[in-house]
Amino acid sequence: MKISSFFYTLWQGIKNIFRNKLFSLASVATISACLFLFGLFYSVLANFQHIVKTAEEGVCIVVFFDEDITDARIEEIGDMIKRRAEVSKVNFVSADEAWEGFKTEYLRDYSDGFLENPLEGLSNYEVYLNDVSMQSALVTYLESVPGVNEVKRSELTALTLSNANKLIGYISIGIIAILLAVSIFLISNTVTIGITVRKEEISIMKYIGATDFFVRAPFVIEGIIIGLVGAAIPLALIYFVYNRALNFLKEQFSVLSSLLNFLAIEEIFKNLLPVSLAIGVGIGFLGSFITVRKHLRV
Amino acid sequence: MALPNRKKKLMEDDEVIVMENVSKSYQAGIPALSNVSLKIKKGEFVFVVGDSGSGKSTFIKLLLREIVPTEGNLYVLNYNLNKIKHRKIPKFRRNLGVVFQDFRLLKDRNVYENVAFAQRIIQVPGKQIRKNVPKVLATVGLAGKYKAKPGKLSGGEQQRVAIARALVNRPTVLLADEPTGNLDPNNSMEIMRLLEEINNAGTTVIMVTHNKDIVNAMQKRVITLRKGVIVSDHERGGYDDED
Repeated sequence: MKISSFFYTLWQGIKNIFRNKLFSLASVATISACLFLFGLFYSVLANFQHIVKTAEEGVCIVVFFDEDITDARIEEIGDMIKRRAEVSKVNFVSADEAWEGFKTEYLRDYSDGFLENPLEGLSNYEVYLNDVSMQSALVTYLESVPGVNEVKRSELTALTLSNANKLIGYISIGIIAILLAVSIFLISNTVTIGITVRKEEISIMKYIGATDFFVRAPFVIEGIIIGLVGAAIPLALIYFVYNRALNFLKEQFSVLSSLLNFLAIEEIFKNLLPVSLAIGVGIGFLGSFITVRKHLRV
Repeated sequence: MALPNRKKKLMEDDEVIVMENVSKSYQAGIPALSNVSLKIKKGEFVFVVGDSGSGKSTFIKLLLREIVPTEGNLYVLNYNLNKIKHRKIPKFRRNLGVVFQDFRLLKDRNVYENVAFAQRIIQVPGKQIRKNVPKVLATVGLAGKYKAKPGKLSGGEQQRVAIARALVNRPTVLLADEPTGNLDPNNSMEIMRLLEEINNAGTTVIMVTHNKDIVNAMQKRVITLRKGVIVSDHERGGYDDED
């Protein structure tokens, strides 16, 4: 394509948007509405997942040792645990540290009567996992390690969190798939109406001898621009609404915000920005590309 | 204009259209065109006449390669339209100019833009377009109205714009499908004078019509279709409306 033709096509694509203001507005509004809902659900689900993940990271397995174990063997066991892929963090808690923790948490001023450490011999490893669903497998492994006396875990917490994570995953996929399907249906209808209005222009172009590419290009450019604008508007809205909602939650429900760890908008946008723009551009491109094709057989 | 430089010569140098036993059926049943054979030479002015359902529209659609013959061979400007590849159709159509009964102008663009549109879509450089469009608008007598939108023009003027658009790419053949169908007798005669001038300048003109007065007044070649069959082909004839 010649440079002048490229600019002509680009300019025609832009002009088409203004020539068919109503159609352009309807398309932008449809894409925006769908992507706004998509962004909203994504933000909520991403936060849920983040909260569950944070809770998962707090779940730990405690590994106790045989009474006659040597320090060298404890260190060896620690290294073995660290090498496991499902393990994110391992903390060694000595018997003294364990007693200090117990005193602070449960006894406070009533600990004066204890002259010796009653938890002597109860030094342990606190093992944190990447994926809480791997807890059972890790416990089975640890129980088989020579020198390990007992492994304590919270099976119910692990199971609940693991199930919650799975459920959120399924709900996310389901809702996002439905939203995308609805968006594509609405947008293809809007594009079809817009192009049907200009069926005559396409047929004139074909009769005069325009190539399929030349006929299609302005419509595709128009579709891409509409898709971009349609994606940018909900992104800006979500940015604004999300920050406001976060501030509102922090101010009005301070207990909630201290318990739950919400994602910053930047974290949300890391995925939402490219995905929304890609969906907007993709829908605009495909919608116009496919719909124009129907009218090219003249 | 010379025929495109192609390897295989499919028709004589002085021929622009050759139909050999061409038939076209849309569905199983009565064919829209049946066993049509004819030759149209370079520089001819040909009327194709007939009542509704005689096959005139099918005739034009075949020449534009909008549809393909069901049977027979169709050659236009040394292109075999039975076998032409889809990607080569645009190049073939650039040798044709088309004028329709309903003008088919872009209503949101002015006269200049409507004509320039035909050049832009075949990627003529802008400098050349700025030179060609005023020239062709002067030919059709609309140089002074280049800024007007189609809605502000009379039917005759709109048809002139359509003719200018068809002419600006310097076609070898001009196909006119009922170009006077929406015009009053005065405007119709004006358009006919313009088409005759274009023909005199060397362009082959093929006009589909059922306007007896025009056909009789012009005394050009007349091909009469009835129920998809050529019933007469007179070198300098009038409207054949016997039976």
